[in-house]
Amino acid sequence: MSYTARAESTAELFNTGMLELEHVYKSFAGRTVLSDVTLVVPKGATHALIGSSGSGKTTLLRLTLGLIPFEKGYVKINDQPLSSFAPSEWADRIGYVPQDGGLFPHISGKQNVALVPGLRNWPAARIDARVEELRVLVGLDKAILARFPHEMSGGQKQRVAIMRAAMMDPPVMLLDEPMAALDPLIRSTLQEELKSIFRSLGKTVLIVTHDLGEAVFLAERITLLHQGRIIQTGTYRELFLTPADPFVSLFINAQRSLPDVSAVA
Amino acid sequence: MRLCMLLCALMIGNAMAAGKPIVVGSKIFTEGYILGELAAQTIEASAPPVPVTRKLGMGSTGILFQSLSSGAIDVYADYTGTLTEAIIKNPALKSLPEIQAALGKLNLVMSEPLGFNNTYALAVRESFARENNIRTISDLARVSAVRMAFSYEFMDRADGWPGLAAAYHFAVPPKNVNRMEHSLTYQAIDQNAVDVIDVYSTDAKIRKFNLRVLDDDRAYFPVYQAVWVARKEFVEKYPAQWLALGKVAGTIHVDTMLDMNAAADIDKRSYAQIAAQFRGARPLANDSLASRLLHRTLEHLWLVAISLVFSIVIGVPLGIAAVRFQATGQAILLLSAMIQTVPSLALLAFLIPLFGVGTRPALVALCLYSLLPVVLNTFTGIRSIDPRHLENARAFGLNSRQILLRITLPLASPMLLAGVKTATIVSIGTATLAALVGAGGYGAPIVSGLSLNDVPTILTGAIPAALMAWLAHALFEVLGKVLIPAGLRVRP
Repeated sequence: MSYTARAESTAELFNTGMLELEHVYKSFAGRTVLSDVTLVVPKGATHALIGSSGSGKTTLLRLTLGLIPFEKGYVKINDQPLSSFAPSEWADRIGYVPQDGGLFPHISGKQNVALVPGLRNWPAARIDARVEELRVLVGLDKAILARFPHEMSGGQKQRVAIMRAAMMDPPVMLLDEPMAALDPLIRSTLQEELKSIFRSLGKTVLIVTHDLGEAVFLAERITLLHQGRIIQTGTYRELFLTPADPFVSLFINAQRSLPDVSAVA
Repeated sequence: MRLCMLLCALMIGNAMAAGKPIVVGSKIFTEGYILGELAAQTIEASAPPVPVTRKLGMGSTGILFQSLSSGAIDVYADYTGTLTEAIIKNPALKSLPEIQAALGKLNLVMSEPLGFNNTYALAVRESFARENNIRTISDLARVSAVRMAFSYEFMDRADGWPGLAAAYHFAVPPKNVNRMEHSLTYQAIDQNAVDVIDVYSTDAKIRKFNLRVLDDDRAYFPVYQAVWVARKEFVEKYPAQWLALGKVAGTIHVDTMLDMNAAADIDKRSYAQIAAQFRGARPLANDSLASRLLHRTLEHLWLVAISLVFSIVIGVPLGIAAVRFQATGQAILLLSAMIQTVPSLALLAFLIPLFGVGTRPALVALCLYSLLPVVLNTFTGIRSIDPRHLENARAFGLNSRQILLRITLPLASPMLLAGVKTATIVSIGTATLAALVGAGGYGAPIVSGLSLNDVPTILTGAIPAALMAWLAHALFEVLGKVLIPAGLRVRP
């Protein structure tokens, strides 16, 4: 039994995952994109799914969001399979933060944040209270929310997008490359803040990224995806010290300016 | 497409059912306009009072006959020779009772002749006539070495020059008989380049160039007596009005008609004034340029606005469908592009059998022409949206309707609005053609101005149309500020 499988079965035995992918298979036009992917993110944990482009991580993200069907396996939240929900119910269980924030350009930050609760007929007072609560939490200036996306900085867009994802209070949040478009200086401050935001929200978080630095800094555990298969799941320390496959070392060494192993662990 | 036509037809049908005025039509040349106006004023002055709608300058006999049959118009003026040839299709019929009986079978009623015969005739310079002492065509046939210029039609018709030459035993060498564009023959005779031309007996240019019309002493030319033609239903429903029209019969002498045509073509007086003067009445109070302009503006706006509403209601869903269904989409785009290539006159001609004349076919045509910019811009607008926005909306749990209304249409709105703007401005221009089928608007003075070769009259239609297009442009600038979401207006 491989290291990966042992780690997963331990998680299954002792800690029911809030977000679980079980033996997921996906192929496009006969070409296998994901093969037997099993991933368990325990309640309250921050987990990173990492892989280079073409590894299948975007497909995994999309099927987790219910955007594309898959052939075999389950995606479950709190032990309930995705297929048992209507699309809108599913969306209320996973808060999604697209790459670059993905704010709709035609409406203000506030309107972006209030879009889904507005469609669910929340009273205005309730929406305002929730927006204010999240605004303080993500540390965003009130005036920024009134702006249109093209008038915001990259970091401001990310904060608004996180507010939008958290509005319906979903147990799970899914972030796609949250730092990719950011200036390196802003990155480091936002990384700190994101960590504290995740802690305050108490959400189960899955970050999908190609950047090991981002994964190591934000997530407790990392899953490395390569050619549609999970190569290894563990802490950065485990991946670094006991690679399950030569590719793990190759991947780690290919990434530059990594933090020292002793600093993370 | 068919839906578009159907909707337009239903709309207008309902609008028409509301009030039922008497509708007077007319042919599309000066004399037709004057007689149409005369009929309208005669009915307006009759008791009991009935409202009158003028649909003047509609086209040729074929269109007017169809309009009479379908009830789109009630009465108009035509000529006995045209009726036997184009409607009864039996040119052998000569006597008035025979013609009346034949029209009766078609549910039409013909009045007594109005008093003049508008047929082919030969005309010579007044001075030439005096020098050679010519009054009749027989007199002319005796003069040797006469130079002639005839229109192509007159040269080619069996009842034109070939038959005439035989009937009167003309002995003119062929080189003396010139074949020319009709409008140029007047210049030719005026400058003494030729001595004889063919004319219509009531043509205003006879007065303008001081020509003498020769008597057809052997009664060679067919008779084209002007008469009123009406639907039987109209005559039964409005006997007083038909009687009033009947009193005009026999009162319009050929010289009177020549004077009236000259007043319109040469003195550029309005048809309404000419008709009013003939009736001995004062020109109608609402004949002022301002009130005519207001009336035409309302007609034009109505045409543009209604057709635009339909093209949006039909075009936007078609554009959305074109994005959603690939193959169907290409078919929709191709079809709306093909409609655009149909010449407007051909389209109108095609629509008349389906929708009659007046506002209805004009609206359908305008609606069809507006379709392409609306469909194409809706399609392009939606296709140019970053697909990630649409996928994100799905990930947030929005359903198809919510995505369309909250995301797709707002993001496509600048493009969509540009399409509607193009459609509007094109419609304002194209709507001037609506006058060809009697729908009025700014096209009415343009069409009658063209028939009179009267530039000022053309301009009273063309300038307001250009102004309306400019105003529409300004209106869309304002609409853009209201309708396009604020986040899309300023780009960094």
